[in-house]
Amino acid sequence: MANLTLDDICVRFGGLQALTDVSFSLTEGEVVGLIGPNGAGKTTVFNVITGVYKASSGKVDYDGSTITGLRPYQVLSMGIARTFQNIRLFQNMTALENCMVAQHSRSKVGVIGAVLRSSAQRREEEVIAEKSQKALDFMGLGDKTDEVASNLPYGHQRRLEIARALASEPQTILLDEPAAGLNPAESVELMEYIGHITDLGINVLMVEHDMKVVMGICSRIVVLDHGVMIAEGLPGEIRKNPTVIEAYLGQ
Amino acid sequence: MEFFIQQLINGITLGAVYALIALGYTMVYGIIQLINFAHGEFFAAGGYMGVILISYLAAQGLHPYACLGISLVLSMGYCALLAMAVEQLAYKPLRQASRLAALLSALGMSIFLQNGLMLTQGVYDKPYPTEITAGGFEWGLISVSYMQIFIVGLTAVLLVALNILVFKTRIGRAMRATSQDKVMAALVGINSNRVIATTFAIGAALAAAAGIMVGLYYGSVNYSMGFVPGIKAFAAAVLGGIGNITGALIGGLIIGMVEIFAAGYISGEYKDVFAFVILIGVLYFRPTGIMGENVDDTRV
Repeated sequence: MANLTLDDICVRFGGLQALTDVSFSLTEGEVVGLIGPNGAGKTTVFNVITGVYKASSGKVDYDGSTITGLRPYQVLSMGIARTFQNIRLFQNMTALENCMVAQHSRSKVGVIGAVLRSSAQRREEEVIAEKSQKALDFMGLGDKTDEVASNLPYGHQRRLEIARALASEPQTILLDEPAAGLNPAESVELMEYIGHITDLGINVLMVEHDMKVVMGICSRIVVLDHGVMIAEGLPGEIRKNPTVIEAYLGQ
Repeated sequence: MEFFIQQLINGITLGAVYALIALGYTMVYGIIQLINFAHGEFFAAGGYMGVILISYLAAQGLHPYACLGISLVLSMGYCALLAMAVEQLAYKPLRQASRLAALLSALGMSIFLQNGLMLTQGVYDKPYPTEITAGGFEWGLISVSYMQIFIVGLTAVLLVALNILVFKTRIGRAMRATSQDKVMAALVGINSNRVIATTFAIGAALAAAAGIMVGLYYGSVNYSMGFVPGIKAFAAAVLGGIGNITGALIGGLIIGMVEIFAAGYISGEYKDVFAFVILIGVLYFRPTGIMGENVDDTRV
């Protein structure tokens, strides 16, 4: 279950070939790193998986069904959550509300029920709040519940993004540069958190530039350059791969 | 002094009506940055549906209060559906187009709906059975009609309900999230099309309630009744800070007061001018409106 497979994904924007025949997969509880120089198409891969962009050809399978062409909210309800490179929290909501929003697709009371404050609605709200609090606790933000997101320090905002993703009860999380802007101590902390996430059986696909983080926690690494996969393998192999070194450093 | 207090009471009543209409403008703007110029037509449609239902139910021998209550709920529901249909037809296909395109579509929809009302209901005023809420209190020269109490009371109830909906429920969170960042909202599992439709529905339901209030208050409805109050409520929304719910309330009350006081102390003929003087003044000196600075805090 929760196996994510990309099959010959191509993305073209007008004349620009952003991704060419990208194929790889992610299995349960795995942490896969997606690396490559700037503009390699890493974030495009995320956008294709989550339905923000449409693939020009190829398909994405998840959990035994094809998810290409689904809208972002449908992809999330399938169990794939994501975070952003530049923080995209709902800045004027509290930490708890940010997580509660992510429970949207896991809850169902509508306008009428909400206005009438039916007992079902109140019960559902309680459950949502409880689950959201758990997500905050999990990411070490248990005491920041009522803090407005924009008032949190940068490192906490990063963690809140992950907490929000977790609050949607995903089986797969896509992390876009989770260590960006973190100091070394915070990066180490982040690696521990990601370790806890995989312990829950959630698999992680991560774009990251910090090689210490990538090499430290990824079981496998996929390397993109100019939209083409140039390597895939274990961290040790990738580190020594001449094509990868060339892509990063030039000849 | 009595005159002043009397005008204050009348101003609050009218302001409550403007506030209810202004909420629809502001909520829709908050979520898709569109000035829905067809919004006044939901107000008119609500007024008409109200009188049709009240007359029908009264003919069935129902208690007047029951007639009013049932008609209110059904009219609000009818306008909610109407607004969702309008959104689906006239705005959704233009979601990716320029804002001007949607604005023009809104103007077109306004003309369409207004003429539709004229063709089906006729050009003459339709009288409201005002005896339902006749009577009131009097203290010397000051009088407060049951109608005014009904208007202000119902507005208060609707505002409290809206506040709970927006700030304490899953739909409200989805609305706030969508207004802040549509892409991210979709990525946390929110179907933004549905949220937008819901926002239109809620705004139109509030306008429908206002339409019935105005029908009862002035004793009749007319097919073109949506235009002027619609524009004034728009002025109220801008004055309060468009996109801001509290702002719409404050703006509505101010416009209502100004209009009544201008009519009472200056000239009844110029009362409409003042709402627009305020609109122009706000756009000129403070385009973000009264609550504009923290527009993000409570916008929907």
